[in-house]
This record gives sequence, structure tokens and C-alpha cells, in this order.
Amino acid sequence: MIPLLLQIAITFAALSLLAFGGGAAVLPDMQRQAVEVHHWLSASEFLDMFALSRAIPPGSLIVVLVGQKAAGIAGGLMAFFAMFVPSSLLAFGVARLWHRAGRAVWREVLEQALAPVSVGLTIASGIALARSTEHTWLTYAVTAGTTVLLSFTRLHPLAVMGAGAMLVIALGG
Amino acid sequence: MTNRTSASLPALFRSFLLIGCTSIGGGLTAWIRRELVERRGWIDDQQFLANYGLSQMVPGATNVNLAVLIGTQLRGSVGAVVAFAGLMLVPLSILLTLGGLYFAAHNVPGGRWVNTALAGAGAAAIGFNVATGIRLGRTNVRRLGPVLVAAAIIVGIGILRIPLLEVLLVMLPASLGLTLFERGR
Repeated sequence: MIPLLLQIAITFAALSLLAFGGGAAVLPDMQRQAVEVHHWLSASEFLDMFALSRAIPPGSLIVVLVGQKAAGIAGGLMAFFAMFVPSSLLAFGVARLWHRAGRAVWREVLEQALAPVSVGLTIASGIALARSTEHTWLTYAVTAGTTVLLSFTRLHPLAVMGAGAMLVIALGG
Repeated sequence: MTNRTSASLPALFRSFLLIGCTSIGGGLTAWIRRELVERRGWIDDQQFLANYGLSQMVPGATNVNLAVLIGTQLRGSVGAVVAFAGLMLVPLSILLTLGGLYFAAHNVPGGRWVNTALAGAGAAAIGFNVATGIRLGRTNVRRLGPVLVAAAIIVGIGILRIPLLEVLLVMLPASLGLTLFERGR
């Protein structure tokens, strides 16, 4: 049990620090490690885990399911901490440097330069996500409709998302 | 760097707990902005964008990094822990439960009907995230240069599917150069 938990910790801590741009970046590698290297679960189980975790963000929480399959609740929790603590510590370090800088000129310049990059990334990652999931004409229409409604009206997001879900059930079944 | 209203630790925890609940189905980035910028006013859009940009440069789940970055900004190291715990408590509990159900019955709980509903909510949630980007762009990216930077990133990652790291390696220095040029004039 202990060696297994250690293996889980090492595997996911390494993936945590390699996940540039988010957890999705290491999904293929995670699948290879979990399915082919360690045989914690089958390829089709991994796909089911992916489907389950996608509905409950952050998507990287898929590691909890993989760890849970490998070694029960203890395995799930170990995978959770291994996946999120190393990267969170890095984020904390960056935050400390950033906020200690106060009104330093380099920070103001960087903040100004980051704004268009962040705006671009928010929109781009939405488009990339829509294209990587099995989007049909109906779900594309829902995505586009939600984008327009939530960009230009004050409707509550939950109402719009609920309507989207019901539309897909009614028309797509 | 004065925050318009101060965030107490319990309030910070409650806000991230709420974000963890409402983002079930998707749209986490958009929910974080809605709660912290629009509803609470603890940070403004510019600070949100700076934190968002930093969250992308640190490896790991970007929205979790974003929570840690904002938590640190508002309440230091304790704030980081509180934001992280608040955000993760509900999703982690739900997934452990769903995982238990799946491994007992060996199929996805809820079946087809639930999956269809989640596909619809997920599609709408993507729209929520994109709309947040558009709102942020309308107020914070107005001059030609920055608009071109944002557009290049949208085309590069969204349409051409170039890896994020490569896009950042080109566009971040480009944006930095542009900023320095504009400030120098």
C-alpha cells in the first residue's frame, strides 16, 4: 500500500509541474502512465473518468478518480495533493514576488502587456475546448448563443446555461 | 494596490466555495471573475487579467493557480490556502462520491440523460468563458496593437491549434515590446 501511494504521489507531482497551460496539457501523458505503465485502470475506464471529471471543474480533478481506482480513497486524496500542491506552491511564489513589487515600473509594464495576452487566451481556450470535445452543430449553436447573450446582456449565467442544457436535451436527445 | 473593499477570510472562503458549486458543468474562469470582480469588488478587471496571465505561466491547473494567486493578493499565505480549500471542497467531494459509485456499478452514474444535460451545460459554459473574454477585451484592450496581440493568440491557439507554450514564447515578448514602445512615446 505504501509503495503504491508513493508511486501515485511521484507520478502526479511530476505531471503537475509539466502541465503548462493547464491540466489538459498532460492528459495524454497521464493516460499513458496510468493505463500502460502502471496498469491502474483500462483505457476505456480512463475515458469514462475523463467524461465524469469534465463536468466538474477544474478538469485536472480526473487525477482523483485515477488515484481512487488505484488505491481507494487514500489513493484519490494522494493524487489530489500530488497534482495540486506543487503547482499551487509555484503560483504562491509568483504571487508573492508580484505583489511585493508594489508599484514598481516593471510590474506596471508587465501588467499592461499581460492584459491583451490574457484576453486572447480566455477566448482562445474556449474555442479550443469546443473543438476538442465532440461538438455537434447543436452544441456549437448553444456555445455561440451563450457567448452572445452573456457578452451583451445582463442575464444570469445559470439561467442561460440551464436553457442551453434544456435545449440540447429537447433537440439532441 | 488598495482593494476597494477588504476580503475577510470567512468571506473569501464562502466566495470560493460558491464558485466551486456554481462552476459545476463548466465556466470556472468566468465564475471566478463574476464573483470576485463583479459581485464582491475585491479586485478590478486589470488585476484579474494580470492574475489570469500569471496563472497561465505557472504549470498546473490554471484556474487553481488563479485562485491561489488571487487568494495571496487579498490575504497572503492564509488567503491562498483558504481560496484553494474553498474552491476544491465541493468538486473533490462530489468526484470521490461519483468515483465510488462508478467503481461499484462500473458505469457512469446517471447514464445517458445526465450526460446529454451535461453536454448542453458544458457547451453553454464554454460560451460563458468566451463571453468573459469578450467583456474583458471591450473594456481593457482598446488600442490597435493590443487588439492585434489578442487576435493573434485567438487564431494561433483557437484556430491553428499551436501549443500554448510556443504561442506565449512569441506573443508575450511581442506584447511587452509593444507596451514599452507605447510608453516610450
